[in-house]
Amino acid sequence: MAVADATVRETPSGPGHERAGGISSSLLGMVLFIASEVMFFGGLFGAYFTIRTAAPQWPPPGTHELDKWYALALTVVLVSSSVTMQLGVFAIRRNDQKWLVRWLIITLVLGTLFLVGQGNEYRTLFEEGTTLRSGVFGSTFFTLTGFHGAHVFGGAAFILIVLLRARSGQFTARYHDTVEMASYYWHFVDVVWLGLVTTIYFMSQ
Amino acid sequence: MAITEARPEAGPSGSPTISPQRHPIMAWLTTTDHKKIGIMYLVNSFFWFAVAGLLAEFIRVELAQPGTQYFSEQQYNELFTMHGTTMIFLFIIPILAGFGNYIVPLQIGALDMAFPRVNALSFWMLPLAGIILYSGYLTGGAACAGWTEYPTVSLQPCGTGVGTDLWIVALLLIGTSSILGGVNFITTIFNMRAPGMTMFRMPLFAWTMLVTSLLVLLATPVITSALVLLLIDRNLGGSFFDPAKGGITVLWQNIFWFYSHPAVYVMVLPGMGIVSEVLPVFSRKPLFGYKAFVFATAGIGALGFSVWAHHMFTTGTVLLPFFSIMTFLIAVPTGVKFFNWIATVWKGKIWFTTANLFAFGFLSMFLIGGIDGVFLASPPVDFALHDTYWVIAHLHYVLFGGSVFAVYAGLYYWFPKFTGKRLHEGLGKLHFWLQMIGFNLTFMPMHVLGLLGMPRRISDYLPFKDWTGINQLQTVGALLIAVSTAPLLANVWITMRRKDRDPENPWDGNTLEWWTTSPPPAHNFDSLPEIHSERPLFDAKHADELTVHADATTTGAR
Repeated sequence: MAVADATVRETPSGPGHERAGGISSSLLGMVLFIASEVMFFGGLFGAYFTIRTAAPQWPPPGTHELDKWYALALTVVLVSSSVTMQLGVFAIRRNDQKWLVRWLIITLVLGTLFLVGQGNEYRTLFEEGTTLRSGVFGSTFFTLTGFHGAHVFGGAAFILIVLLRARSGQFTARYHDTVEMASYYWHFVDVVWLGLVTTIYFMSQ
Repeated sequence: MAITEARPEAGPSGSPTISPQRHPIMAWLTTTDHKKIGIMYLVNSFFWFAVAGLLAEFIRVELAQPGTQYFSEQQYNELFTMHGTTMIFLFIIPILAGFGNYIVPLQIGALDMAFPRVNALSFWMLPLAGIILYSGYLTGGAACAGWTEYPTVSLQPCGTGVGTDLWIVALLLIGTSSILGGVNFITTIFNMRAPGMTMFRMPLFAWTMLVTSLLVLLATPVITSALVLLLIDRNLGGSFFDPAKGGITVLWQNIFWFYSHPAVYVMVLPGMGIVSEVLPVFSRKPLFGYKAFVFATAGIGALGFSVWAHHMFTTGTVLLPFFSIMTFLIAVPTGVKFFNWIATVWKGKIWFTTANLFAFGFLSMFLIGGIDGVFLASPPVDFALHDTYWVIAHLHYVLFGGSVFAVYAGLYYWFPKFTGKRLHEGLGKLHFWLQMIGFNLTFMPMHVLGLLGMPRRISDYLPFKDWTGINQLQTVGALLIAVSTAPLLANVWITMRRKDRDPENPWDGNTLEWWTTSPPPAHNFDSLPEIHSERPLFDAKHADELTVHADATTTGAR
């Protein structure tokens, strides 16, 4: 009996690693990366709450009150962009390349609108003298919303690349991991914003 | 029993080797091969090990007598800051990732890591970070507030130069490198295992790399946030840590240790994995209690997130009983592992190779370090010993006696896998004994110094009691450690120049990395064995008996 041969799995083109079911490596990698991002924002939120609970009064006296309605408008913009992103994912799952491109464009417009809106709010605050240097409120506000804004910008850049690839027809119902990855990231950025709005704007008293 | 399955569409269409026209140096610089990247990790880490070791020798020379002789106080501050930072972030953490890079894909039967290009990116950030860190010396002074960089020290007295900012940027880079590496390892281990390689058949080194990667993934971003806040405070007028502006100094310590305590396990778990590969091979027995070891590893990883404030007992701002109890608890899974290792060696046919000597060195030295730590877990003792040389003794017994001994065990064990040639045993044993003696001469007396109350991080001390004599003994020991690297370097040089080759599997190892040639081809495996247990090579060698007792040998692996 050829025992030695029996224990060797002949694989002429190299050992195979395709698996039925499970999650693709790129999506798993994205989920893990997002987990690390959650911990990053966890550190920022931890700093925020520590400083806030230690402060004798919050917001500190003399701080300009934040415009809740404006924040709510920004929230509507960003949450809608999450919905349109997901509609794009649904489109490519149906192999609908045309609607994928359309939904991606709408998402990108909404994301840009959010960033412009945030920049506008920053300008108002700067004019009133609230800056990164103006004390604990300014430091925490601009650090937390600033890092979120940077992540929105990164996500928008990601979506732009996906959009360019989608326009050249690189995605199909079967091969569109990158679209899914961009959507995971975009939803994550959205959820962080919901946390920020709740803590910074609405839990202000 | 024809079980040969042709899988034509499974692998890459062509041979993944690099085109032969490429210059060898370019091939190394542009490689995405996990083996070459692993070697580069090792070389880069050993380079920074030598640099940081040199700084340690400077520290010991300065401390050989009371008073300040060779370095100003500011220079001394920079010495121990850069020594600690380099050892931790540019040597121990990366070198273990380097072993992981080379070995894990081979151990689980994968062609490469899941994201080869991200892998190369992870590596190349490290030399860049090292250069940034050390460029502090060109700007008039490197970072100097200790490797922990506590504010307000890092904000005010010594942190006025650019050195501290360069330190922050270097650590941000290293952190990013670690996180990307963590994502890569976890994805590789979850998605790239060979057919039959179930999770509970994975070699223990792969398991420890998995748990380590989870720690890296969840802890490293937290220090990234702290670093970013410090950068903002120092450069953009933020007020997170400066009490004068309403900030909280202890906030840094909390965020910093939330990372840096799990990082301790990042630095030692893969070492435990290496030892768990070496001991069974050289005892000719399987590892005792495979699953207990796996769960103990996971337990250490989980508990590692709940003990950070034991570094902050003396701040008076943490709940002492909770963090004390959690710290005592973490000794339990570590103890489980010690029983695993002792029972593995028990009644084995012990083969005293250099690799095995270093593994035994790990067991004995890490045990001392662990017990030192249990002392410190008790708040009353910690209040007495905090910031004394006892702490320095503890951390060196854990990180040098633990991690570095394990790194050497891994180097001597896997060197024939990297090159096809074994390191010379005689020189190896000389290296081991010189290092063992030098290490204990240096760090054992630190316990006494700590109990006598000598504070850490001070360049000067009073010439009273036995302090001078003990310090001189340590300096002799430290020089001996430096001397002990000479036989290692000579050994690597001589072995690399040797023409003849050793057998493909010189230690008769049973894990999958020994199935392929030494060194492996670019695509790692031409074939894979059937995998029925955590020792596929043992199964293949004893296939005759296996056909009768097919299930009996899958020790707890189902």
